[in-house]
Amino acid sequence: MRFSLAVIPLILFVALAGVFLLNIDKDSSVVPSVLIDKPAPEFSLPPLPGRDAGLSRADLTTGNVSVLNVFASWCIPCRAEHPLIKRLSREGGVPVFGLNYKEKNPEDGVKWLAELGDPYKAVGMDLSGRTGIDFGVYGVPETFIIDGTGQIKYKHVGPVTVEVLEQILLPKIAELKG
Amino acid sequence: MTRRFTVLFSTLAILIPVLVSNPALAVNPDEMLSNPVLEERAREISKELRCLVCQNQSIDDSDAELARDLRVLVRERLVAGDDNEEVIDYIVARYGDYVLLNPPLKPETYILWASPVVLVVLALLAVFAFYRRKSRDGSPASESLSADEQARLDELLGTSENDGKN
Repeated sequence: MRFSLAVIPLILFVALAGVFLLNIDKDSSVVPSVLIDKPAPEFSLPPLPGRDAGLSRADLTTGNVSVLNVFASWCIPCRAEHPLIKRLSREGGVPVFGLNYKEKNPEDGVKWLAELGDPYKAVGMDLSGRTGIDFGVYGVPETFIIDGTGQIKYKHVGPVTVEVLEQILLPKIAELKG
Repeated sequence: MTRRFTVLFSTLAILIPVLVSNPALAVNPDEMLSNPVLEERAREISKELRCLVCQNQSIDDSDAELARDLRVLVRERLVAGDDNEEVIDYIVARYGDYVLLNPPLKPETYILWASPVVLVVLALLAVFAFYRRKSRDGSPASESLSADEQARLDELLGTSENDGKN
């Protein structure tokens, strides 16, 4: 009896340590998306000023795996990840689309892309942020991998890093392409 | 006397501004609906929804851009004729249960909801066991030694006395 009571704190400690250990690498600010394995929402966005094609759901349902990257010129991490989005566009072998999220001025996105380079096959301009909300966007940048039928297969929140690109996004795309 | 007055005065000096001032509102006047009933419902719903940027504030409290967009969206849905539950479902469909400041009761959250009750019951059991043992230890039955115990005690005491003499 006395022995079993003495063991309780030890068991509690080990259990708690286990819970903490499992969560130590978890970023609590990352919210799991409910849209994984669900069809991408219906949307149709106008093009950037001076361009012809905007972006709509039809672009995501052509039978090809595609990537949708949510970016904004006011978003500093977007600038940081931009070279990697270019790499993704070169090495992924799939179209990368841009969702230009909530610019204060419609021209800002165009200027930003002119300065840093434009890796996107097409860009839609979401001035109101409503399409962003439909995609469950809560912090730019966000990057979605979408299969050929328009189903969202993966979402990365926050800037894409070399590790994320090489260890998660590119393998995931290769796997979906089959 | 003067000291008591100082204490009273400083207490009031702290309390009065706290009680008199209104809490700062994150909701801007231009977001508000002209229909006070709908606006009241919008406020109610907004208090239930988590701001995903700041995470521990409701969208009603938050100044974040996304919180503002969601407040406007909530009001739009209300004006379109949604009831409160439909508005909340609309947001949950996009952001998941995580946006609810009160997690819903469903199989994934049974442990979450049950754990406070389980802990209280366990604590009560522990307290009960503690006092029962204490009262049993203090009971008259254990105060007097059994014949075996007395014999053993005598033997030990005898040994130690002998040790002492040697």
